[in-house]
Amino acid sequence: MSIDILMPALSPTMEEGTLAKWHVKVGDTVKAGDVIAEIETDKATMEVEAVDEGVVEAILVDAGTENVKVNALIAKLAGEGESPAPPPAKAAPAAEAPKAAPAPAAPVQVAGETAAPAKPAPAAAQSTAQAGDRVFASPLARRLASAANLDLKAIAGTGPHGRVVKADVEAAQKGGATAKAAPASAPAAGSTAAAAPRAHLSLEQQGIPAGSYDLVPLDGMRKTIARRLTDSFRDVPHFPLTIDLEIDALLAARGKINSLLADQGVKVSVNDIIIKAVAVALKRVPEANASYTPEGIAMHHHADIAVAVAIDGGLITPIVRAAETKGLAQISAEVKDLAARAKSKKLKPEEFQGGTFSVSNLGMFGIKAFASIINEPQGAIMSVGAGEQRAVVKDGQLAVATVMTVTLTCDHRVVDGAIGAKFLAAFKPLIEEPLTLIV
Amino acid sequence: MSTEFDVVVIGAGPGGYVAAIRASQLGLKTAIIEREALGGICLNWGCIPTKALLKSGEIYEQLSHLGGYGLSVEKASFDFAKIIDRSRGVAKTMSSGIAFLMKKHKIEVVEGEAKLEKGSPSPKVVVALKAGGSRTIQAKSVILASGARAREIAAIGAVSDGDKIWTYRDALAPKTMPKSLVVIGSGAIGIEFASFYRALGAEVTVVEAVDRIMPVEDAEVSKAAQKAFEKRGITFRIGAKVTKVEKTKDGVSVAIEVGGKAETLTAAVCIVAVGIAPNTEGLDAIGLNMDRGHVVTGKHGETNVPGLYAIGDAAGPPWLAHKASHEGIHAAEHIAGYKTPAVNSPIPGCTYANPQVASVGMTEAAAKAAGIDVKAGRFPFRVNGKAVAAGEIEGFVKTVFDGKTGALIGAHMIGHEVTEMIQGFVTAITLEATEEDLHGIVYAHPTMSEAMHEAALDAYGRVLHI
Repeated sequence: MSIDILMPALSPTMEEGTLAKWHVKVGDTVKAGDVIAEIETDKATMEVEAVDEGVVEAILVDAGTENVKVNALIAKLAGEGESPAPPPAKAAPAAEAPKAAPAPAAPVQVAGETAAPAKPAPAAAQSTAQAGDRVFASPLARRLASAANLDLKAIAGTGPHGRVVKADVEAAQKGGATAKAAPASAPAAGSTAAAAPRAHLSLEQQGIPAGSYDLVPLDGMRKTIARRLTDSFRDVPHFPLTIDLEIDALLAARGKINSLLADQGVKVSVNDIIIKAVAVALKRVPEANASYTPEGIAMHHHADIAVAVAIDGGLITPIVRAAETKGLAQISAEVKDLAARAKSKKLKPEEFQGGTFSVSNLGMFGIKAFASIINEPQGAIMSVGAGEQRAVVKDGQLAVATVMTVTLTCDHRVVDGAIGAKFLAAFKPLIEEPLTLIV
Repeated sequence: MSTEFDVVVIGAGPGGYVAAIRASQLGLKTAIIEREALGGICLNWGCIPTKALLKSGEIYEQLSHLGGYGLSVEKASFDFAKIIDRSRGVAKTMSSGIAFLMKKHKIEVVEGEAKLEKGSPSPKVVVALKAGGSRTIQAKSVILASGARAREIAAIGAVSDGDKIWTYRDALAPKTMPKSLVVIGSGAIGIEFASFYRALGAEVTVVEAVDRIMPVEDAEVSKAAQKAFEKRGITFRIGAKVTKVEKTKDGVSVAIEVGGKAETLTAAVCIVAVGIAPNTEGLDAIGLNMDRGHVVTGKHGETNVPGLYAIGDAAGPPWLAHKASHEGIHAAEHIAGYKTPAVNSPIPGCTYANPQVASVGMTEAAAKAAGIDVKAGRFPFRVNGKAVAAGEIEGFVKTVFDGKTGALIGAHMIGHEVTEMIQGFVTAITLEATEEDLHGIVYAHPTMSEAMHEAALDAYGRVLHI
């Protein structure tokens, strides 16, 4: 019994597409997961994988044919032995289905999706139909996006109720960041998957049975963290630069400051000194205090340092404004106040939105080194590890020093490697010889 | 100094009172200061009372064409004083409506003239109270909505004397009907008064400095408007520079220069309608950034002075009530920290003469000058069923599209009640409609609005009824 292969829908709205290329010919043996064809829409090129094993019996639509309707019969596989049924179903819910309904077609699997659609009928179409909702966009925005080959789904709308308007499409065109160009040929499954709206597979579909876990609802902060960091990690070309700093002098200075000013209630932390040093270094290397925008690189006038604070249910980054103009005591007092109010969720939006550089410190948890994700639109974020005694080599001799590793994650669009290195070179002496912070 | 109010609005015109209502809706404690009458120029001496006059003029004019409808009246006549009284009554009704709205929204109305002084967190407002004495108010934010008045040009004697040389204000409530008029300026204000007084039988000459009347409108509309008004007996002197306005024994003489030749026009009365002058005197004292008399503002109406916003005529053109209201709402929302949805609406312009003129967006010439590949369409009311049945066949609808994107970018109309029709195109442009939308939208039949459909079709060579 032969298996029908149907034109798959690559997106919920797809009605037809171009069958760009066949990767198999009549007589070829294919097994599940083999790429058999490439399909193009106005939005993307996608690979089509076989779900079943078999021998290609007939190719019914020639490569290069345009306007092939979704679910049209495009090829037939001759099943090996008696294997006409839909995919070998592992999961319990799927096991019922093949028996219940006739299986006219072998579902094809769109590359990048990990689970085969378990339903019979025009399975390919249904498997993707659940992804994505209606996109609200003005008629002009739709037309401009289509002309520029941009996917409206990938464009953030600024109109009423998040409607995508002309200005948004124009911004996306300029920025290019949200543009979703169709790859001429899709080299890897991963890259084609990125071009399609991400499918939301349930945990059940991924093999984790219902009832084996508790579901904590997503609150606003969790959603914001998920969205902002996913966007940043995916869209910002980031790289880490790591450097070791000796902090014995800094610890001594801190001890002295705190003992001398204890009666004034001053208690400066290592992190406060790092904030101050970052701000001073940013003034010396202003290229590192910058944000990428489609219109140009914004060179910030002040070093507004966002400080990552872990709070119940997530984290938040209150900002020490114009830290380069502030003394250590003031920075310390501000951070204490901001952190306390962050924990009680009493920060005002302007207190945690709009910094120019972030500092994240996991040293207190004993983390040696880590690389944070860029806090958009900032050009860089510093990750501070624990200060610990390490063996160092000085003038050919082994010695003991308190060493702290910091990692700078840079947005390569503004902070190139050399700029990041220059910034760290300016930062290092400020930490290692904290007296220089005074001048 | 402690703050008494969250917001103080200076000026209760259509910008100021709307800003005050919005501020109050958003929970801000609000006061409004007005030196004259609630509703400002719009309700008292502008938009509203002129519409009352124009309606009287329009009905009177129709009475002389009744034969065409198979009707007749015995000797139509008018009582000028009653026409003026009706207009004043309409203004008063509307103004007292504003008093009610202020009360309803718990907005304190302070009657008097405001002055700004340096203060923190916003300028101090010192009010010379109408009832005598003064009151100093310190609010968190101040919205300056002081509006504008008629521009007068002293150098050529174009200054109101309240008798024979008028601004709009005198023209709204004269004691007697003038037999003849010279109107300087063919913008909306000049044309509306010309239309009204001509309808009642005055000899009217309109003087315009540039080479066409209603210069902000599309050139085709200017041309059609001139023809329509000339048909009604208005005389135009275009490309004419006024050099002197003088009172004479029985009226005024207006010296003009056309193509290098000097000429003198005489009439009983001259109306000066050469634009407006913003009420922004003395604001440099608080260090406010100004540009040619207008306050320089950001996109929420904020100025360079902390806590001070400016909206409406005081903040620059177009000098239209609906623009002022729109800005007032925006400023109030910004003060309240409300995130105003980014609705990018163009500002329509309407002239309520007979025939009416209405437009929105770019003219064809402006679009071409901007390098846009223009597709323009036209449709005359002459072949529109409703217009023919109503005996209102004058005028047309014109559409301007960006040929590359299909976006509607401008619309221009002249004809009966087109000021009520323009909103369809304002909505279309705001929602970023393309020709496909406008072609696909269903228009009720029979309506004059069908001409809007046809004009959109015509731009793409698909007009149906020509």
